[in-house]
Amino acid sequence: MNIKHAANCFSGILARESLRFLNQRARFFAALVRPLVWLFIFAAGFRSVLGVSIIPPYQTYLLYEEYITPGLLGMIMLFNGMQSSLSMVYDREMGSMRLLLVSPLPRWFLLLCKLLSGVGVALLQVYVFLLIAWFWEVRPPVAGYFLAIPALILSGLMLGALGLMLSSLVTQLENFAGVMNFVIFPMFFASSALYPLWRVRDSSEVLYWIANLNPFTHAVEFVRFALYLEFNWKAGLITLLCTLFFSAIAVWGYDPQRGLLPRKGGPAT
Amino acid sequence: MTSDNYASLSARNINFSFGPKLILDNVQINVPNGKFVALLGQNGAGKTTLFSIITGLYAADGGDISIGGHDLRNNTQRALGSIGVVFQRSTLDRDLTVRQNLRYFCNLHGISSSDAHKLIDVALAEYGLSELHKRKVTELSGGQQRRIELARATLHDPDFLLLDEPTVGLDHANRMEFVSNVKGLCKERNLGVLWATHLMDEVEDADYVYILHHGKVLFEGESTDLLQAHGKNTIAELYSHLTSKKNDVKRL
Repeated sequence: MNIKHAANCFSGILARESLRFLNQRARFFAALVRPLVWLFIFAAGFRSVLGVSIIPPYQTYLLYEEYITPGLLGMIMLFNGMQSSLSMVYDREMGSMRLLLVSPLPRWFLLLCKLLSGVGVALLQVYVFLLIAWFWEVRPPVAGYFLAIPALILSGLMLGALGLMLSSLVTQLENFAGVMNFVIFPMFFASSALYPLWRVRDSSEVLYWIANLNPFTHAVEFVRFALYLEFNWKAGLITLLCTLFFSAIAVWGYDPQRGLLPRKGGPAT
Repeated sequence: MTSDNYASLSARNINFSFGPKLILDNVQINVPNGKFVALLGQNGAGKTTLFSIITGLYAADGGDISIGGHDLRNNTQRALGSIGVVFQRSTLDRDLTVRQNLRYFCNLHGISSSDAHKLIDVALAEYGLSELHKRKVTELSGGQQRRIELARATLHDPDFLLLDEPTVGLDHANRMEFVSNVKGLCKERNLGVLWATHLMDEVEDADYVYILHHGKVLFEGESTDLLQAHGKNTIAELYSHLTSKKNDVKRL
């Protein structure tokens, strides 16, 4: 693979995703409104009920708004990852995915470019959200805003790869919308995004273990620790391994030699 | 058609099945440089599957494909870089302008920014689309969109042009204009063209004709020879004659 060609290709895909994003401003605001509603309404309402004691990486008692902010960053990445994969299913149905897949570059690289460009768009949303949250008294250390970037990228890649994997296994847009409901909500609620795991364990041992097995929990914790200047190696490693696993299945799913895509439901003749 | 000439496309012994159903059965197609080759077949004959295999979207169960002299299996990227494709359904991005769509394609094919700018200007001028470069795709007519797809398919100077029923949905005038554009390209650039269709008037003067029927190449030959051999005046008559049920029974 020619490096210049690869860079050219990546910049083209990133530019396309950004242009599409700018042309769909409603999508940008919708993506922001969702976590902001949780921050302004849910978190404020539950502040007194769900006070959080001192747990790593926090050094002091904290407001519930502060606790759920990393979870809401995860929510942005999660919805964006699924949205990006949904757009791939849409592209496949509409035909523009064909143009990408017949390009003279390895398929894994093309899919990686798609993933990275989706993460780029999600990062923009994350930082606009963090800016608004700053005015809402959610103020992590300044260095945390920078240290969180690699954690956000890796988490975004993992969630994007999960969506990509699902999109390779689902052939129709309608089915994919259904799959999203079975993925997004269980992943989000059965995680540490809204409540710390020790609290979950107090009420349900089963849910505690489910949340522990949920990759989204580890992505959120990785971001949470990075945002507060700590490195959670366990969460980081699990997020990395899940990224590799989901990516491998996605590449396999889109590979015409071995994948399921061409045979599922039979080809158009 | 023999593969003695330098071939834009050479597909040999292509087999493809879906479960127990055989979609393509030992298909052989050869497209030399500068030749306009028609692939005729009814809906369900296997044309789109064959095209998906040629473009690497599906993997054949057996057989070899070479594009512009590059083996598709062993030298996939060079082979894919040698193809220009116009798919049956539009692959233009509806959220982008004409220029942005063409630019995106240039990026995918590794064409540098400065070259892309020039190539796009030339291509748009060639197809009389210069005025439209800032327009969104959704603002264009079906004929204009197809011409943009044709312009895009040749931006990277391919050896071989693959068109899968590219005129579906266009009116007669637009169809004929599109056919004329492709034939012009074929001659001027010495491009091998494989044109799949079931609209016979588009391929009346094709250099060579393949008839795909139930996943098999039923007949092939130079159009004039085929017409003469079967005593028909037009490709439409010939096609209807060759693919009639009566003929199927005869062949069995």
